[in-house]
Amino acid sequence: MAKADFQVPELKEYAEIPEIKPGVMAHSKPFKSKPDFQEALGFPGELVEDWQKKAINKMGDLLGRYRSLRVYMDACVKCGACTDKCHYYLGTHDPKNMPVARQDLLRKVYRRYFTLAGRLFPDLVGATDLTEDVLGDWYNYYHQCSQCRRCSVFCPYGIDTAEISMAAREIMDSIGVGQKYCNEIIGKVYKIGNNLGLPGPALADTLEGLEEDVFDETGVEVKYPLDQEGVDILLITPSADFFAEPHVDGLIGYGKVFHEAGVSWTLSSYASEAANFGMFIGSYDNMRRVSMRIREAAIKLGVKRIVFGECGHAWRVAYSFLNTLVGPWDFLDPRYPVPQHICEFTYDLIQQGKLRLDKSRNDDMVLTYHDSCNVARASRMGDKPGGQFDIPRAIIRASCNHFYDMDEETIRDRTFCCGGGGGLLTDDLMEVRVKGAQPRVEALNHVIQEKGVTHMAAICAICKSQFTKVLPYYGMDMGQIVSVHQLVSNALILTGQETEEEEAVEAAA
Amino acid sequence: MSLISNFYAYLFYFATFVLLGGLALKVWQYARTPAPLKIPTTPAPTTGSGVVLRMTREVVLFESLFRGNKWTWIFSWMFHFGLLLVTLRHLRYFIDPVPVPLQMIQPFGIYGGMAMVVGLGGLWVRRFFVDRVRYISSRSDHLILGLLVAIGLSGLTMRFVVHTDIIRLKEFFAGLYNFEIVTLPADPVLLLHLLLVATLMIIFPYSKLLHMPGLFFSPTRNQVDNPREQRHIAPWAKRLEQE
Repeated sequence: MAKADFQVPELKEYAEIPEIKPGVMAHSKPFKSKPDFQEALGFPGELVEDWQKKAINKMGDLLGRYRSLRVYMDACVKCGACTDKCHYYLGTHDPKNMPVARQDLLRKVYRRYFTLAGRLFPDLVGATDLTEDVLGDWYNYYHQCSQCRRCSVFCPYGIDTAEISMAAREIMDSIGVGQKYCNEIIGKVYKIGNNLGLPGPALADTLEGLEEDVFDETGVEVKYPLDQEGVDILLITPSADFFAEPHVDGLIGYGKVFHEAGVSWTLSSYASEAANFGMFIGSYDNMRRVSMRIREAAIKLGVKRIVFGECGHAWRVAYSFLNTLVGPWDFLDPRYPVPQHICEFTYDLIQQGKLRLDKSRNDDMVLTYHDSCNVARASRMGDKPGGQFDIPRAIIRASCNHFYDMDEETIRDRTFCCGGGGGLLTDDLMEVRVKGAQPRVEALNHVIQEKGVTHMAAICAICKSQFTKVLPYYGMDMGQIVSVHQLVSNALILTGQETEEEEAVEAAA
Repeated sequence: MSLISNFYAYLFYFATFVLLGGLALKVWQYARTPAPLKIPTTPAPTTGSGVVLRMTREVVLFESLFRGNKWTWIFSWMFHFGLLLVTLRHLRYFIDPVPVPLQMIQPFGIYGGMAMVVGLGGLWVRRFFVDRVRYISSRSDHLILGLLVAIGLSGLTMRFVVHTDIIRLKEFFAGLYNFEIVTLPADPVLLLHLLLVATLMIIFPYSKLLHMPGLFFSPTRNQVDNPREQRHIAPWAKRLEQE
């Protein structure tokens, strides 16, 4: 079990709603961004003079540009339906991690400066001035929100705390109070092309290695091309896929699927990142600038289609925002949606019977599936609502014999975040990550106990990294989290690949 | 007596002005603020008619709240549906002649009044006994509940305990349409009832009661899930492209 200098939550047999413990997470905050990282993104390097005034002005600016913020600041009636829905509240018991209380940190300032009631009767309506303490609370608690939108599912007005977290982070960035993790990473994308800062030659090297591995394993020459012009498909995938387990097994799977489909494809060293941390910091400008690299790569490489690899919030930005940010995509093949998810691509091939999948090759595992929050509640796959739940499950069922879902209340649109989303996947937030994972791990534990589940599949780079890191805190193994396309890769028998049985038959003859 | 009648006449002119003007301003503000990104909470409808259906379920059945918390749902639905019946029942004091459907709904308005008070009571109890809800409640949350309960109770009192001269009341409001101030029956319970209702009208556009228009403008609920098919772009975002 991993060592922790905080108390790791207990996994209970039945999910419990904890009593509030005010202030228990008040100390939790991520490292502040350095001036260099801030300035690269167009933000002031450090806390500006006159920061109260500038923050209020920024709030006013955002209120005029985002209807979500405008409406959500007014509409909350404090009904409490969201109070027991956030995984960070359930895992930490800190009442400021209840969605409504998190929103109120911003709302009380909104009321003070932007509403008549708050100007005249601040005490009555819970309005306060923007003080240093309030700013401190903003920084700490808006970095205990993974923007997973679970609260918005249950809110009678659809109030989405993610929208408010994003606005709060943008206000803080605008006065020079940024988060190191997100802002440093966005800078890396601008400089090098991906979150991990892997340069082109390193990518080429990795991909060559993958080709060799796949050849050794299957005897088939599956290509993992980089920067190849004039091909059909540009694959945009999270950079973790080039680098870490179990992500890279997913990338191997994508390559095999493309190979079997007989399509030509390429990765881009310029746009070598699916993730878009511009969303986490609520910055339209940065989100657009990161996305622009994909458009530029697609034009330069002359591709006809764009497919995204397994990444949760990347898929949100891709599916929901890409057309808005850097569209229109009229220069691509109009027969395909732009962009497509790799799961949509694989699912179509399975439907057409073009993939030969031997499920027994995954018989060493009993699977469950974790719906990644941003895929589940902020995107879609296929042409029917809910395809984002059904398509990945259909792929898993086509690749494995043993699959069980976790408790209904913790999957599909009610899924729990892994605890590391929204820009919190950093070691300086380990406590909140471990505690925030508790509801998901608890549901996982149930199916481990009751169904003998051994592995959990996911389609998000953050989920995979987060679980790899936090499962050991709960006495589980980091290898229990797998990629969906890793399962496909295991089960897929490539054309021309000799299987063991066939070899045995040949030897006998 | 004319002092009281005058006061109430001007109070209701003022309250109506604030309610309608304030709401119109807010609706205008919501409507003109762009929603730059597609953010429906998915799974979401892929067509406009699907969105109308989703919104209808939210407005009429409180679908999301039902999934969120059954107790809050049952109390708030009782309150809101009760309030609807009560409002419909009250229309007869403002319309002449009274249309047949309104006549038929009269007895249900009474049950509505009771349901409203019971629902409000349940919601209020939660603010004291559920620690999470107690934590998020501010004084204004209690005051608004108190105001609504007092409106309900004073109304029910006039139905069951001390009746008022409803004919003269109706004449008073009919007079207001023509800017004539007719004498209002000076029953204390009625005056209290009317004072509270006018207060409610005045605070409506300045309080959380804005959830009513707000719901219709909530992008997570009212957007069509079709970002790949149709490019959605706000005017301010479009300007970035021209730079």
